[in-house]
Amino acid sequence: MSDGSDEKAGAAGDDRAQPLVELAEVSKFYGNIRALQDVSLQVHTGEITCVLGDNGAGKSTLIKIVSGLHQHDAGAFRIQGEDVRLGSPREALDRGIATVYQDLAVVPLMPVWRNFFLGSEPVKGRGPLRRMDVDEMRRTTHSALLRMGIDLRDVDQPIGTLSGGERQSVAIARAVHFGAKVLVLDEPTAALGVKQSGVVLKYVAAARDAGLGVVLITHNPHHAYLVGDRFVLLKRGSMAAAYEKSGLELEELVRQMAGGSELEELSHELGR
Amino acid sequence: MTAAAPAGSPAGPSGSAPGDGGGPAPDGSADERLVHRSLPARLMRRPELGAVVGAIALFVFFSLVADSFLRASSLSTVLYFSSTIGIMAVPVALLMIGGEFDLSTGVMVTSSALVSSMFSYQMTANTWVGVGVSLLVTLAIGFFNGFMLTRTKLPSFIITLGTFLMLTGLNLGMTKLISGTVTTKSISDMEGFDSARAVFASTLTLGGVDVQITVVWWLALIVLATWILLRTRAGNWIFAVGGGVDAARAVGVPVGRTKIGLYMGVALAAWISGQHLLFNYDTVQSGEGVGNELIYIAAAVIGGCLLTGGYGSAVGAAVGAFIFGMANKGIVYAQWNPDWFKFFLGAMLLLATLLNAWIRKRAEVTR
Repeated sequence: MSDGSDEKAGAAGDDRAQPLVELAEVSKFYGNIRALQDVSLQVHTGEITCVLGDNGAGKSTLIKIVSGLHQHDAGAFRIQGEDVRLGSPREALDRGIATVYQDLAVVPLMPVWRNFFLGSEPVKGRGPLRRMDVDEMRRTTHSALLRMGIDLRDVDQPIGTLSGGERQSVAIARAVHFGAKVLVLDEPTAALGVKQSGVVLKYVAAARDAGLGVVLITHNPHHAYLVGDRFVLLKRGSMAAAYEKSGLELEELVRQMAGGSELEELSHELGR
Repeated sequence: MTAAAPAGSPAGPSGSAPGDGGGPAPDGSADERLVHRSLPARLMRRPELGAVVGAIALFVFFSLVADSFLRASSLSTVLYFSSTIGIMAVPVALLMIGGEFDLSTGVMVTSSALVSSMFSYQMTANTWVGVGVSLLVTLAIGFFNGFMLTRTKLPSFIITLGTFLMLTGLNLGMTKLISGTVTTKSISDMEGFDSARAVFASTLTLGGVDVQITVVWWLALIVLATWILLRTRAGNWIFAVGGGVDAARAVGVPVGRTKIGLYMGVALAAWISGQHLLFNYDTVQSGEGVGNELIYIAAAVIGGCLLTGGYGSAVGAAVGAFIFGMANKGIVYAQWNPDWFKFFLGAMLLLATLLNAWIRKRAEVTR
């Protein structure tokens, strides 16, 4: 149950549906630093793929490749079976991959409705009178959030006045509204308390139920186990393990995540 | 998601769109949890409030201490002086909302006037040709600022400080090289001068009151800038690149193009100012303009723009310019020594900024 053997089996059993997004032995180098090596993962419609790893395991590098901020140096990156190299976040968005970052999902000073449509504002009128359809934007923001189960009092409040969990949820609702097929979430629960984390995970599940493929980056195995269908464990830039939900115990995931044998060693050292 | 939203986050709303300050919830989202906000509370959320209060206070003050202040001719003079600052302060405010500075604006105005004058004179062309060439050159300078900024990722303070110094030198050097002196030759007898003067430096009489045409330009720019800021996609992007550039980029906002556009907007206003300078005085002093860039920035800040970007309004910057105009001319009408003007302005800048910060805090609490 380690070192990608499981993953190869998964790749062989590819006769089910074609994955929305697939990374096959992708590597990324920054100069002579190997940030990511031979990492493979699949994202399917209506499933959540969790990427777990400690700090520096290569999670953010992986995200940056999928979201179009960086390009991979080796291996294959396929979107619906087509080999791609994304040049910009815009290109990723156009292909249906929306990324919600932990800290920079929104512009805090701007009202919720302006944030919701940022970069994809609807317009009406023509020529010099071309303008944003403000009423429509306000209305749609409210109803789209409501549909995800987010009941906001006032779409005019600066989004910075919302709590961290609410901000993440708005960003998720935004991605769903704009028809994203794949949602990439960068540590959505990292800075949140227990209750807020639960709220966010609920919206992650709602996005999955809406038929999206979700990539959930986290270092919390408990959160991952709650919602995940597939799990990829990164350690120092390479894949330590890959699991599917069936046949995986939470304890095993926690143990792997906590460092496995390293943790046992540590408990010996600290033991009295 | 019904938990009370914690307060204590950054300042008020990014826009000052009618209704941005929302009264009872906007259409379709009436909600009993949303406490009705009183009119003062809504006003408090607008970025230009501090400037408006200051302007009213200053107006009342000078009306009391200077007998001649309320005369139509005096007010016309105040408006004219305000407009010469305001034409630049408005686009500078947009740029600051977009999170950037421009230190080259003061001398860019002079450059624009010099190019126009010297091109027409040297080529013995119709002055309108010079005006057109000047527009292209000035826009190119704005593009250069924006392009360098987005390409090098250096702070705009450094980039535009460089442009400022280069333009200062170019203005003097080129003028001496071409005209032999530090002043351009008179172009008043050249073809097209009168019509250009009518557009850039004439005086209209409205109801017996003389109004300089720069006031019209100023008002037009305020309307245009407010429209762009609050009702167009570009306006949304301006707030976004100033308030959270990484988030903006992540959702596909063309950050580079937005910033370059802002710098070119500033350049466009510099061209208008420069043409006014030229056609008002006929000749241009090549050393002029140094220091004005800070006045424009100060006007924008008094008008409620945050130095860190993402917050402010065009109307606020215009009111800031009006405050400058009143202070500058009011001191004269009150028959004080005008030497004190700058001290007065500095104190006012500090006061206005403190007032703005205080108001924003209050607005957050009363929400």
